[in-house]
Amino acid sequence: MVTKSADRCVLDIKGLTVAYQQEGEWLEAVREVSLSIHSGETYGLVGESGSGKTTLILAVMNYLGDRGSIRSGEIQLGDIDLLSLNDTQLRQVWGSKIALVPQNPQSALNPSLQVGDQLIEILRYQLNLSKKEAENQAIEWLERVHLADPIRVAESYPHQISGGMQQRAMIAMALCTAPDLLILDEPTTNLDVTTQAVILDLIRELIQDQDTGVLYVTHNLGVIAQICDRVAVMYDSDLVEDAATHDLFSQPLHPYTQGLIDSIPHLGDTKDSIQLRAISGQIPPIGEAPSGCVFRTRCPIAIEICNSRPPLYLAGDARYSRCHLWEEIDRHEISTHQPTLVGTPVPIPTQEEQPLTLEVNDLSIHFSIRRSVAEVIRRQPARAVRAVNQVDLDISPGSTVGLVGESGSGKTTIARGIMGLEAKSNGSIELLQIPLPDKLSQRDLETLRLLQIVFQNPQEALNPYLPIGETLRRPLIRLLGLSKTEADARVGELLAAVRLPPSYAGRLPGQLSGGEIQRVALARAIASNPELLVLDEPISSLDVSVQAAILNLVGELQSDHQNSLLFISHDLAIVGYLADQIAVIYLGSLMEVTGPGDLFHPPHHPYTEALLSSIPQVDPASREPPIYLEGDIPTPAELPSGCPFHTRCPRFLGEICTTTTPPWQVDQSTGKRIFCHIPPNDLAAVQKRIITRGSSDA
Amino acid sequence: MTRFILRRLGFLTLTVLLTSLLVFLVTQWLPGDVCRIILGREAGQGAIETCRLELGLDQPLPIQYLNWLGDFLTGDWGISFSTNLPIYPIVMDRMGNSLMLALVALLISVPLGVALGIIAGLNENKPIDSTINVGSLSVVGLPEFVTGLVLIQVFSFGLRDLGLPYFPANSSIPPDANFLEALPMLILPALTAMLVLLAYIARLTRSGVIEELKQPYVRTADLKGLPRRTVIVKHVLRNALLPTITIIAISTGWLISGLVVIENVFNYPGLGRLMIFAIDRRDLPLLQAVTMVTVLGFALANLGADLLYGLLNPRIRLE
Repeated sequence: MVTKSADRCVLDIKGLTVAYQQEGEWLEAVREVSLSIHSGETYGLVGESGSGKTTLILAVMNYLGDRGSIRSGEIQLGDIDLLSLNDTQLRQVWGSKIALVPQNPQSALNPSLQVGDQLIEILRYQLNLSKKEAENQAIEWLERVHLADPIRVAESYPHQISGGMQQRAMIAMALCTAPDLLILDEPTTNLDVTTQAVILDLIRELIQDQDTGVLYVTHNLGVIAQICDRVAVMYDSDLVEDAATHDLFSQPLHPYTQGLIDSIPHLGDTKDSIQLRAISGQIPPIGEAPSGCVFRTRCPIAIEICNSRPPLYLAGDARYSRCHLWEEIDRHEISTHQPTLVGTPVPIPTQEEQPLTLEVNDLSIHFSIRRSVAEVIRRQPARAVRAVNQVDLDISPGSTVGLVGESGSGKTTIARGIMGLEAKSNGSIELLQIPLPDKLSQRDLETLRLLQIVFQNPQEALNPYLPIGETLRRPLIRLLGLSKTEADARVGELLAAVRLPPSYAGRLPGQLSGGEIQRVALARAIASNPELLVLDEPISSLDVSVQAAILNLVGELQSDHQNSLLFISHDLAIVGYLADQIAVIYLGSLMEVTGPGDLFHPPHHPYTEALLSSIPQVDPASREPPIYLEGDIPTPAELPSGCPFHTRCPRFLGEICTTTTPPWQVDQSTGKRIFCHIPPNDLAAVQKRIITRGSSDA
Repeated sequence: MTRFILRRLGFLTLTVLLTSLLVFLVTQWLPGDVCRIILGREAGQGAIETCRLELGLDQPLPIQYLNWLGDFLTGDWGISFSTNLPIYPIVMDRMGNSLMLALVALLISVPLGVALGIIAGLNENKPIDSTINVGSLSVVGLPEFVTGLVLIQVFSFGLRDLGLPYFPANSSIPPDANFLEALPMLILPALTAMLVLLAYIARLTRSGVIEELKQPYVRTADLKGLPRRTVIVKHVLRNALLPTITIIAISTGWLISGLVVIENVFNYPGLGRLMIFAIDRRDLPLLQAVTMVTVLGFALANLGADLLYGLLNPRIRLE
């Protein structure tokens, strides 16, 4: 390891207040924030959308644009007073002293310039290199971020390379000038977990041998726990807690931090073992924060004193909390856990004789690619994107099946196939033992009534010009045949069922927050009392603190209505928490089908094993390093032969994996089915238990 | 890239063929017998029959079409009914004039329009932006004959009355004039056409610049510490000008053959006036030829737009 120079402060923020002008009024987006980052230190900044963390990092770079303004405070970058610089002087600081790796590399790269040119540009300008030298260094840097074919990447346009590769290029761009301060703004949020694990490892490796101070912004506490030395937590423009990472996770001294930690299911939690403690309410919109403590309206321990604004208390050695009651929390005199819901979900009666709600057999969905004239002349066979291949999936009445996979795995295509939005190429889909026609237009109203879906992005799925009440009334009138007056009465009940006030019936989707719209989408889906409800990533577009509330609501609605759920997600922890049975999908093929707690026990399919190990954990104690998957996910237009996972499999056996389709093997102890050539017992023998907590410990 | 060009060329050929068929059929269906028009009311039935045989009008329509197309492609465009002169040289001469006018109009309006658009876009909602917006819009709202007449009043009669060098009000270029001799006569009609185009180009450029300035890659470029000029020129404009380039290329088609009003105001011998002439005289072969040239002009302008767009936008090119 390179010896680091004397510990020096690279960023010192004092009493920073930033405001945006909106209709003549100044709304504070960052309020009296102070923090300092030393060289070699990685500082985490956690917050949900609207917490002010993005404004804070823009202010740190003095890049706020026209509407935002720094109202008070100082920002010291080493010995430079950042706020005194004019545009020309700032440009001498940007790129050389401060660098940013943004959330979405696809849009952060210029679509019309080759990746190499975008890297060469900064090398030439900031380091005054000649064209030749800059080209050489660019290739060197692309190698340094572990891009397998740096020359090809340099010659590619951004849209020709994968998201993971784009983000590596952005990291190279940020680090090539050896900046004093590196700001990482959710650098892995748009990436798959397996890619995230590799990128996090890369970031860790690169910042280790540089003297850089790092500000790492994310909403993901697991990532913070993995990579950061210190953490600052922001809520509604305020910095509410600031502590060393270990201290923060072992004893949070602010109720909001505790709420955040409690509200996400940890890997290994199941709905039978633990109940999620959702933070009640919503984040207030900007400019509508309550007076006094900003968290007061959602806080389980708020008392009268909280009406006055708490200062940032020094709460021990180098840790701070903006809570009047931090001492009581520290002494364990009060609990900051949010109350759990009263009444546990009714266990689902298992009736062997009942017919399956959904039976998917040998389902394949392929999209043909149009051949070019040249290909037709050369008599090349037509190719197809084989999005879904030979999938078998059963859902029994009242149960929840989780479908987990990364982007491009085909999980949404399966949902669309079931819903009649995509025609199947082979196999059958039966709802209550009646085969479903391919097309939506061929299905009768009763089928539509029995089968409903909630889409990932509720803002886009609901008609923006239709009042909520009308959106809810339509399925009632059309699918249940209710009269207008009956339907109007039901609308109120539906809103109540998803905990929204009846007055929302008159509102438009645009007037609701993300969590509220998703509640409406849920209400719309359950309006016709469907047998099967498909939930396609229903919480991934929501803020962490409202995710838990939606998850709890889904559970409640299910126990009230006794319908079956197909829950689709990329998040193993969430699926593991909610589902009775879990199917793991990779490149259109199921890899493993398992019971709820069993997901976290060996034997695992090698892909599941890699997935599980990739998820950053809040409690990182005694954890094996992640299993890194090599390369990118192959395209479904050119599926690998034999086992689809063989190109990236860490437990690759040899020829058999490349030539022969694996068998479905059943593990005797757990009953889980694994799509692999390796016998389950052999897998179990070599695989460690990845999760230390979970259902079996209960 | 080759495939991209070949595909576009294929589309172009198809478009032109389809329109040629349409042009041929429409003129077939126009009321009145061609030979009757040529020979006049008094001609006897025998003369008409002979004429029909000479022109091949007794043959089935598909054959007539193929003959006509073949002749057209080999440059045998026939004889104008009204002037009894070969059509090809007439149309070529007029097209030369139209191209000259289009070129001058483009040379003035493109740099000016793009520059105004960039200035406006970079200064969104500031006084200079509003000035450019209001100015260009108020000009584009005026009909061409009004702006044309105003320009003649000011730059021709006005300057002349002040005893200054002035532009000619009448732009009827003699057939043997070269470009430099014709240039003074081109300025006023070109300015008139330019005023129509300017606002479109400026507004499209402006919205392109504003749209691209919001893109995250601009922030990336800024935060590399590049000078603002480099950020604008190298990063923003490359993407912001894409729609403008398309509209410029497409307008070229209009500039070549759509300037009927302007040509009339200035008495300019271009394709537009030739078309009006052919319609007035019911000169079918001339009308067919002018229409085909016009269609070809539009198609080529569109091809140019596609190719330029593909060249500048890697996302299209590589599809």
